[in-house]
Amino acid sequence: MELYEYTVHELVEKLEKGEVTSEEITRSYFDRIKEIDPKVKAYVSTLEESAIEKAKKVDEDRKSGKVVSKFAGIPIGIKDNMCITGTKTTCSSKMLENFVAPYNATVIEKLNEQDLVYLGKLNMDEFAMGGSTEHSAFFNTYNPWDLDRVPGGSSGGSAAAVAAEIAPWTLGSDTGGSIRQPASLCGVVGLKPTYGLVSRFGLVAFASSLDQIGPLTKDVTDSAMLLNLIAGYDEKDSTSMNIDKKDYTLSLVNDVKGMRIGLPKEYLGEGINEEVKQAILDVAKKYEEMGAIVEDCSLDVGKYATAVYYVIACAEASSNLGRFDGIRYGYRSEKFENLKDIYKNSRSEGFGPEVKRRIILGTYVLSSGYYDAYYKKAQKVRTVIREAYNELFGKYDLLLTPTSPTTAFKIGEKSNNPLEMYLADICTVPVNIGGLPGMNIPCSLDSKGMPIGFQLIAKPFNEDAIFRAAYTFEQNTNFRENKPSFKGGNN
Amino acid sequence: MAREDYEIVIGLEVHCELSTKTKIFCSCSTEFGGEPNTHCCPICMAMPGTLPVLNEKVVEYAVKAGLATNCSIEKNSKNDRKNYFYPDLPKAYQISQFDKPLCYEGYVNIETEEGEKQIRIERIHIEEDAGKLNHDEYGRGSFVDLNRAGVPLIEVVSRPDMRSAQEVEAYMRKLKSIFEYIEVSDCKMQEGSLRADVNVSVRKKGAKEFGTRTEMKNMNSFRSIVRAIEYEAERQIEEIEAGNVITQETLRWDDVSGRTFPMRDKEDAQDYRYFPEPDLVSIKLSDEYIENIRKELPELPESRRKRYIEEYELTEKAANFVTSSKYYSNLFEEAIEVCKNPKTVGNLIMSDIARILNEREEEPEDLKFGGNELGELVTLIDKGTISSAIAKKVLEELFNDVKMPSKIIEEKGWVQISDEGAIKEVVMKVLENNPQSIADYKAGKDKALGFLVGQAMKETRGKANPQMLNKMFLEELNK
Repeated sequence: MELYEYTVHELVEKLEKGEVTSEEITRSYFDRIKEIDPKVKAYVSTLEESAIEKAKKVDEDRKSGKVVSKFAGIPIGIKDNMCITGTKTTCSSKMLENFVAPYNATVIEKLNEQDLVYLGKLNMDEFAMGGSTEHSAFFNTYNPWDLDRVPGGSSGGSAAAVAAEIAPWTLGSDTGGSIRQPASLCGVVGLKPTYGLVSRFGLVAFASSLDQIGPLTKDVTDSAMLLNLIAGYDEKDSTSMNIDKKDYTLSLVNDVKGMRIGLPKEYLGEGINEEVKQAILDVAKKYEEMGAIVEDCSLDVGKYATAVYYVIACAEASSNLGRFDGIRYGYRSEKFENLKDIYKNSRSEGFGPEVKRRIILGTYVLSSGYYDAYYKKAQKVRTVIREAYNELFGKYDLLLTPTSPTTAFKIGEKSNNPLEMYLADICTVPVNIGGLPGMNIPCSLDSKGMPIGFQLIAKPFNEDAIFRAAYTFEQNTNFRENKPSFKGGNN
Repeated sequence: MAREDYEIVIGLEVHCELSTKTKIFCSCSTEFGGEPNTHCCPICMAMPGTLPVLNEKVVEYAVKAGLATNCSIEKNSKNDRKNYFYPDLPKAYQISQFDKPLCYEGYVNIETEEGEKQIRIERIHIEEDAGKLNHDEYGRGSFVDLNRAGVPLIEVVSRPDMRSAQEVEAYMRKLKSIFEYIEVSDCKMQEGSLRADVNVSVRKKGAKEFGTRTEMKNMNSFRSIVRAIEYEAERQIEEIEAGNVITQETLRWDDVSGRTFPMRDKEDAQDYRYFPEPDLVSIKLSDEYIENIRKELPELPESRRKRYIEEYELTEKAANFVTSSKYYSNLFEEAIEVCKNPKTVGNLIMSDIARILNEREEEPEDLKFGGNELGELVTLIDKGTISSAIAKKVLEELFNDVKMPSKIIEEKGWVQISDEGAIKEVVMKVLENNPQSIADYKAGKDKALGFLVGQAMKETRGKANPQMLNKMFLEELNK
């Protein structure tokens, strides 16, 4: 078995036993990246030199007994919207193509404390806007299970890298499904933590009230371990919650007896692919067999979530992306004669069409005369959706839904139809609107051999329930025996 | 119609930089000056991914300002984004407050010729200052300096209650004095830490509706504000008299030409697209928090003024003047600790110190000497060690070089001559040289005495004891 095939918890064990060095693990990944990434194209940039150097240092420290963290020397890939000092943070945009971050994101500081090794920065939809990674200004990322298909998005690079085993685990960000949907399309575990659990400081903002960083991993155990590393209050992020730190690995218990799981009927109806629907019903049955109580329920107001999402997310984005003005950093047009030209031309040339579409939408809904009808109303409906979730979580520990209404679609299939693309988020978006934790767990393959995933949703800060149920499912099923084929793709 | 048939209506938005040590959303220094872009960090430069964290001192200072101006305090406040593009605004939005300002519905009293008048305050909110653009004089471009970006401000919005430039000046001086007393701002107008947007309109006396207003932005000297209001009111009246209508617009006051000009960039009305700042949580204040701040407020000018009149028997005029600035008032209180002579201290502040400051174009906060020096000076006068003429010279000296007055007079040899023999010698000499004055005096021209005393003072370079001189001249002349 090659080193890149192991999960992180297996690698940690090997490192602890002295069976392998960090340098060996890291080199095995870079060898694999050189072989596989030209097909998958998950990385925007790789950091081989600094990674090998760091791995060597950790190996020395471990030999001399200096190392404290058991994760020291474990490689990781980072979505290219999180800042690492001295490295490019592009958000897959021409606007930030040459932007070198002058500071570390809080998640990076936390990983540095554990001496993790950065393999590189991962491709995404530009500024995290999209669900297929086709909106990257640089290149598409391809689904390892079928290179003619999208990996999902916006954290498409982060999901494809884990699926293709060119990173043992990665960080992504999720505003409306950007971790869970690509995790589902690539057959990996992806968690969007509760809003406020992980610091957003250093994550280039898309929609401030919805963005959240989370782990993409090969299995549930790795997910709990990576969440342990990145979660926690940060005084640099006023929206992070000051609550007691938890050890999520304590929730890795193979037992769901008595757990109450709700199955909202709205997510098994119109717009959901039949094969996906059947797979979710099979998962529900499996949970019943394992001792959980599964009941049909309803989240009627969930149908407004996509509309609410596109109003709020675009409004915040239109303001958050104002700083990309060609003045201090980032792309500046060469065509200008006055200040207005600098703004207009730099932004016209620096942003891609999807980003522009959302800036225009967001500017519109915040404009005087429209604010009440759109933004204010959306905020009111958001409260209604939160209350509906609250009520459901009075009855259930978890909700079970599909993660994506379909499996991975063909490249180009939806890229000219923004509305259809937006509907790819219908199962994930309500979770962000509610500020809740949600996880994609891969469960089966469809008739085309593409992964299907299900989503578990819990009440705020109850990631524990998700880990327990996801772990139990994983222990009693065998999805991980499937491996991506890298078929297709004449790119 | 004539000028007197119109009434001027003025409302002010006063921006005041708070004197917190660090900026409103990061830990950079708020210090004025410094090489461009040296008091900056990724947060106040709006690097991608950075987030603001509200400086709690800013809230405390703003609440202090609100309580000192009789405002109600909003217990459930929040921040909002005001979106617009300008190179000095790195995030392309200013974090401000829109519909829930920290303080609302207050007032201050000003003294006018017709007596005390109340000026209502609509609201006080917190926000961040923008950076500065330095325009290259050779036309090579403009340079952004973000040292000031993120310095905390309060914006004090008055009701349109003022009716003359003089009332506006009195109102601004009152705010300045209050904010200095409660130590929330240094209010240095020349450094831009106190500046005002002035809204002016005119209407016929007795009219119920306000006229259309124009706004003059970023005014930062009392003199310009007074001139600008007078010019702008006159201009509006002339327009109306000529049958034209006033357009609501933003104007720029030009101090050199003494005129207002429309600002060029404002051709289309800005839509700031205010919305709640999602990166910050709401500002929740408890009753206890507010009461603690109220309890810790220092004595305000209003109360000091009354005390000075009652306890120290200052005249109304002197008490008003001394309390008009915290710096005067503190100087006064420190000096009377030393010399126990409030009257003389008050008079010196109101007359000589104010005059010298005025000549030097300085403000009370620029005073370098303190109560110890001033107190000793008054003691020296009271003891007869120096004359009041010499005291004025010592004061001038104190503005240049802070030393104890006793040291100054010793170094300069300014000790008053009170020795009878020495005085007599001078008197005899002056009489000998001025026989005509003796004759004049004897002919009943009392003025001649003054001339003779003056000559004697000149002879002793002001050091002779004037009372003794007077007495001795009279003795000699009446012999």
